[in-house]
Amino acid sequence: MPAVVSLSNVHKSFGALQVLKGVSFDVAAGEVVAVIGASGSGKSTALRCINALETIDSGEIVVCGHKVHDPELDRRALRRDVGIVFQSYNLFPHLTVAQNIMLAPTCVKDMGKAEARRLAEEVLAKVGLAEKADNYPEQLSGGQQQRVAIARSLAMQPKLMLFDEVTSALDPQLTGEVLRVMEDLARGGMSMILVTHEMAFARKVASKVIFMHQGKVWETGPGAMLANPQTKELTEFLSNDL
Amino acid sequence: MSLTPVHIEFIATGALWTVGLSAIAFVGGSILGFALALARISPVPFVRRCAGTYIQIVQGTPLLVTLFLFYFGLAVVGFDSLPAIVAAGLGLVIYSSAFLGEIWRGCLESVPKTQWEAAECLALTRWQRMVRVILPQAMRIATAPTVGFLVQIVKNTSLASVVGFVELAQAGKLVNNTIFEPFTVFIVVAAFYFVICYPLSAWSRSLERKLNAGRR
Amino acid sequence: MTYQFDFSALLPYWPLFLEGVWLTLKLSALATIFGFVVGTLCAVARAEGPRWLKTVVAIYVEMIRNTPLLVQIFLVYFGFASLGLKVTANTAAVAALVVNVGAYTCEIVRAGLESIHKSQLEAAECLGLTRTQTYWHVIVRPAIERVYPALTSQYVLLMLASSITSQISAEELTAVANRIQSDTFRSFETYIVTGVLYIILSFVVRLAFTLFALVIFPRRRKLGTAI
Repeated sequence: MPAVVSLSNVHKSFGALQVLKGVSFDVAAGEVVAVIGASGSGKSTALRCINALETIDSGEIVVCGHKVHDPELDRRALRRDVGIVFQSYNLFPHLTVAQNIMLAPTCVKDMGKAEARRLAEEVLAKVGLAEKADNYPEQLSGGQQQRVAIARSLAMQPKLMLFDEVTSALDPQLTGEVLRVMEDLARGGMSMILVTHEMAFARKVASKVIFMHQGKVWETGPGAMLANPQTKELTEFLSNDL
Repeated sequence: MSLTPVHIEFIATGALWTVGLSAIAFVGGSILGFALALARISPVPFVRRCAGTYIQIVQGTPLLVTLFLFYFGLAVVGFDSLPAIVAAGLGLVIYSSAFLGEIWRGCLESVPKTQWEAAECLALTRWQRMVRVILPQAMRIATAPTVGFLVQIVKNTSLASVVGFVELAQAGKLVNNTIFEPFTVFIVVAAFYFVICYPLSAWSRSLERKLNAGRR
Repeated sequence: MTYQFDFSALLPYWPLFLEGVWLTLKLSALATIFGFVVGTLCAVARAEGPRWLKTVVAIYVEMIRNTPLLVQIFLVYFGFASLGLKVTANTAAVAALVVNVGAYTCEIVRAGLESIHKSQLEAAECLGLTRTQTYWHVIVRPAIERVYPALTSQYVLLMLASSITSQISAEELTAVANRIQSDTFRSFETYIVTGVLYIILSFVVRLAFTLFALVIFPRRRKLGTAI
């Protein structure tokens, strides 16, 4: 079965600064991959390259059959298969929660309003916010807004979900509700790549953990690897985390 | 083109009068506007309300109507042989005072409350607080919008033509009445206005940029 | 002062005054609607268009902002004549006002467009929306909501500035006032009444814009906060 995501020897520089120095890894269908590492290790950049938010300098990225490294890539087609949730949620402030979720299905998939509304209520129920459908984002807490952001991406029924440090901007007591939603998604069989600092979550939920250091994949293994680091860089990173 | 250098010179003289009238309006409007701004932040509610009402009335009336009121009003109270520049000047001073007063009130109020409190805690009198702490800061904030409004004043002097004062627009009308080439004449008039206003506009924008760069 | 105020001389003219008010409202409404469309298109052109278009719009805006409305009105009025088109004074007045307020609207809306954070665009793109869809749903709509107060002030000023069109004999309140004062010789009283009518109009127009906002911006109606 072909991998959902496949990176081969990806290089990416921002001007003189080389951020990715030959990154290669695969994500199989249904796998949950946690990408960890210090800031500057290139993990967020790698994620953004997967969704064609940044263009790579060399190497190959294939996502759900789309050749992301190809300059002729149909980005909209790629984005129909990939959902991404950002650290700062990026909800549309002038639309209600339901309208936020309905926007893409009605614009991109030409869904009718009534059908889109039903879909919105369905995904909101999945993240536990069915009663907030007609509220505006500013009326919700950070954790609730992030869950809405997840629902918004889920409404497009992607084959792959990307999470870019989605709990880093939240108050500690609000991260739990978001992590629970992500865990439910994982158990439901969604292919996921999460860039995260939540080590406990990574160990529990991820089927594979990738530790990135200085723009390269430094160590990779199952969640248990975090209890048993092989390289000194990972050991150091984990001890800083405690 | 029947627009001769003599005509251009006549229009240029009008431009000089435009600059002069603008200066009168600005100076007069500034003095009155400053008093209004202080009145608007006065601790006495009656003073605040009076100033506020004056500003609302002047801002809610078209400048043209204000000019007519002064033009005919002065004749009514017995000053019926005054030159047009007096009516135009008074009308523009009143108009400018209301807008400058509001601009400067906004600038005074945007000086953080903590500055007022700090000055008070240093046992300065209200007057000392105003002059030594608040005004210098307010003036820095006020420079960009004040220069911006100066552009408005210059443009609004064109209405003095309606009461017969020979400034730039009226000079254009008079020239047009002799050579009947309105498009050409008013392009020249517009060019003169542009030459006066554009440097002021550009200066106001650069002041605003510098102010925003300086803000933390 | 030996002058005797006599407002009663104006009483028989109150239907004319009301007609003047109505004409001013019509003139201003037309200019506002078309001016808004022109201004918004220019703002989008300035934000997204090719380089030459951005320059053209920038020149247009600077020329309008640095010349008086009176001169612009003359140029439009005589411009029509020089093109051989016969237009009514009111049509020329609306055209001149549209050209004028379009430039100011462009600057206001442009500031609004630029205030939308890049991350909003990214989120919309990642949901698969086209550039046009993103622009309309995620940039233009909230931008207009954000700059609505500035637009309201601009259009109230427009209504007051419409008095200048009396100089090309457009039919509106100031032109009516000029006629009445030359009929009655009660200039002072006439212009006082006119001034009061404009002040009332300012309130009414501002109120109308506020109510309109509550209709078209459901977020504002429900939450009462600025976006």
